[in-house]
Amino acid sequence: MSRSAVLILGAGSDMARALAHKYASAGHDIQLAARQVQRLAADQADIELRHGVVVSLHEFEALDLGSHPGFVQGLPSLPGIAICLVGLMGQQAESQTDMQKATLVMRSNFEGPACILGLLANAFEQRGHGILVGIASVAGLRARASNYVYGASKAGFVAFLSGLRNRLARGPVHVVTVLPGFVNTKMTEGMALPRRLLAQPADVAEAVSRATQKRRDVVFVKPIWRLIMAIICALPERVFKKTSL
Amino acid sequence: MSILSGWGQYPRLQAHLRKPQSSEALYALAQNSGPAIARGNGRAYGDSAINSHCTIDMRALNRFLQFCPDSGQLVAEAGVLLGDIIATFLPRGWFLHVTPGTKFVTLGGAIAADVHGKNHHKEGGFGAYVDWLDLLNHSGQILRCSRSENPQLFQHTLGGMGLTGVICRVALRLRPVSSGWIVQKRQVARDIGQAIALFEQAQDATYSVAWIDCLQRGAAMGRSLLMLGEHATPADLPPKARATPFAPPKRWHLHMPITPPSWVLNRATVRAFNALYYWQGARGPGHSLVDWDSYFYPLDAILGWNKIYGRRGFAQFQCVIPLAQAEAGLRSLLAAISAAGAGSFLAVLKRLGAQDSPLSFPMAGYTLALDFPVTAKTLALMQQLDTITCHYGGRIYLAKDSRISREMFHQTEPRAALFTRYRQASGAAGAWTSAQSERLGL
Repeated sequence: MSRSAVLILGAGSDMARALAHKYASAGHDIQLAARQVQRLAADQADIELRHGVVVSLHEFEALDLGSHPGFVQGLPSLPGIAICLVGLMGQQAESQTDMQKATLVMRSNFEGPACILGLLANAFEQRGHGILVGIASVAGLRARASNYVYGASKAGFVAFLSGLRNRLARGPVHVVTVLPGFVNTKMTEGMALPRRLLAQPADVAEAVSRATQKRRDVVFVKPIWRLIMAIICALPERVFKKTSL
Repeated sequence: MSILSGWGQYPRLQAHLRKPQSSEALYALAQNSGPAIARGNGRAYGDSAINSHCTIDMRALNRFLQFCPDSGQLVAEAGVLLGDIIATFLPRGWFLHVTPGTKFVTLGGAIAADVHGKNHHKEGGFGAYVDWLDLLNHSGQILRCSRSENPQLFQHTLGGMGLTGVICRVALRLRPVSSGWIVQKRQVARDIGQAIALFEQAQDATYSVAWIDCLQRGAAMGRSLLMLGEHATPADLPPKARATPFAPPKRWHLHMPITPPSWVLNRATVRAFNALYYWQGARGPGHSLVDWDSYFYPLDAILGWNKIYGRRGFAQFQCVIPLAQAEAGLRSLLAAISAAGAGSFLAVLKRLGAQDSPLSFPMAGYTLALDFPVTAKTLALMQQLDTITCHYGGRIYLAKDSRISREMFHQTEPRAALFTRYRQASGAAGAWTSAQSERLGL
C-alpha cells in the first residue's frame, strides 16, 4: 500500500530537505512547494532515485494569500500530512527601523503560514483526516530584545496553531507545533552556538516524524530546550526586562 | 576558524571551513574565496584537504541526479558518499567497479585521489569508471571534462588531489552484480617471496589483497594471509539466501568510545595480535562466503577507529615499489620496520596493475600500507622508509601522506614537475592549494 503524500511548504531549506528524505524513506510521495521551485529539481531527482517515490514540485508564494486556494487545488492530491517551514529571521536592527522589513518578517512567520495551514485545515476536515505541522520556534515562547520582531511573529504562529488544534481536537484532524531551538542550517552558519543546544536538520526531521506518528501536540526538538524555556518563561517581567538573552 | 585534520588526526591545522548548500552557493563562494581546496568526508589521512584560508566542505552537495538502468551510469553531485551509492543501488543489482577500503569517502574525494581497490591489478583505478565530470575552474566556469571533452584537464583531475578545480558533478559507471556476496579464498604465505608468488599466480582473480605481519624477521619475514575474492552468483549462495541475494548484511557497528592512552599499542600487544591473527587465518577454512560490507569495509564496522592510536594521531605509510624491484624493495622495507619494532596490525600488501596518469598513485608493482602512531621515532622510521622507496624507484600515496619532505617527494615523483607546469599554465596554481600542495611544492 502506498502511503499518503506529504506536502512540504517552504521546501528550499536544509530542514525541509531532511524532512523530505525522512518521509520519502518511509514510502510517502512528496510534494515540494517553494518560491522558484525549479531550483529544487536536483532534490526532486535525488529523492526519487534514493527512495523510489514520486516527488512533485509546486510554485508557492506564502505572502500572496490570494494564490493559496489555487495552489491547494493544483496539488496532484490533497496530502495526508502538510508541514509548513515558511519563515524569515530578518535582522532585528533593520526590523526596528525599517517598517517594511519588519512587516515582511511578521507576514513571513505568521500571516502566510497561518493562512495556508488554515486553508488546508478546512480541506482536511472536510475530507475527514490529515495532520498539519507548523515549524515555529522557541523564540516564539517569549520575545527578547535581540530578535523580538521575529519572536513576536513566531509567537503569533504558536498561538494560531494552539487555537487551531483546540478547534479540531474533537475531529480526526491533528495539529503539531514544533519548537526547534538552534538548528545547524544556512540561517545559523557562522554563528558560534553551543553544541549541546544545536540540533541538526536530521534531528528536526526525526522529531517531526515521531510527532506525526504519535500525534503529539507540542514538541521541542532537543529536550533541553523545554527546560531552558520553562526557566525563561518563569522569570517575572521586572526581572526578564533587565536580562540580555 | 576551526581545527581541521585528516583521518590520521595529524597534523591539526586552523582553517576556515565553508559548507555550501547548493551549487549556486558553491560557485559564489569559489568566486570570492581566493585560494581554496575542496574537502569531502575528511578520509584522506593527512593534510590533502585542508586550506587554512578556505576549505570547501562538499558534503551538502550530495544529490543523485540521474541513473540509467541500461548502462549503469549514475550522475551525482560530488559530495555523495560511496556508501550511499551502495545503499541505494545494490538492492537494484549494481555495485561500484572500484572501491577503496572504506565506504565513507565522497565521490569527489575518490576521484581526486584516484583511489584503487583490491581489483586494481585487473580492472584499474576509480578514474577508469568515470565517464565525465563537471569541474569548477579558477575563473568560475563549469567545464565538462571527459576522455573526449577537455581531455587533458580530465586526466589531470583524476588523481589530481583537487588541485585542478572543484569536482561538482560526476557520471560514474556502476557494475552489475547478481548478489551482495563475495566468494573468498584464503591462502597462507610463509614469507614475502611466497606472498609475491601467490599474487602473481592470482592475476586472474577479480580481487586480491594480503594482510602482512610486519614484525616477523628472518625466515618468516613478510608472512601473509592472501585473500582472493569473486562476486558470488545466486548459485554460490546457500538455498535460503538465494531468494534475497541483495539482503543487507547484519552487522554490528561499534563506536570507539574513548581515546586510549598511546602505550596500549606497543610492540608486545601488536606482536600478540599479529600471531593470533595469522594462526587463526592459517587454520581456518580456505573458502568462505563473505558479505560485501565485511569483505570490502572491515574497519568501517568500528566507527572512529582512528582514535585507537591515541591523541597524537597517526600516519599511514603507503608506497608502491615497481614490479622488477618489488621483492628486494619489500624485503628492505620490512627489515627496517621489524628492526624498529614499530609494526602495526593494519598492514596491507597488494599487487597493483599498470596505470599511466599525470599524478595517480598506482603503477605495476606492489603496494605496502601500514599505520604508525605519530612519535619522533616513527617519523624517523618513515623517513627511512621513504628513502628505501626512493631507492627502489617507488612512490608515495598522496591520499595517505601527511609528512613526506618536499625534496623526497620530488625525488620519488618525476611527474610532479610536469603536473605543476600544467597547473601554472592553466591558471589553476593560484586558485587551488592545500596544506599538502604547499608543503610539497606541487
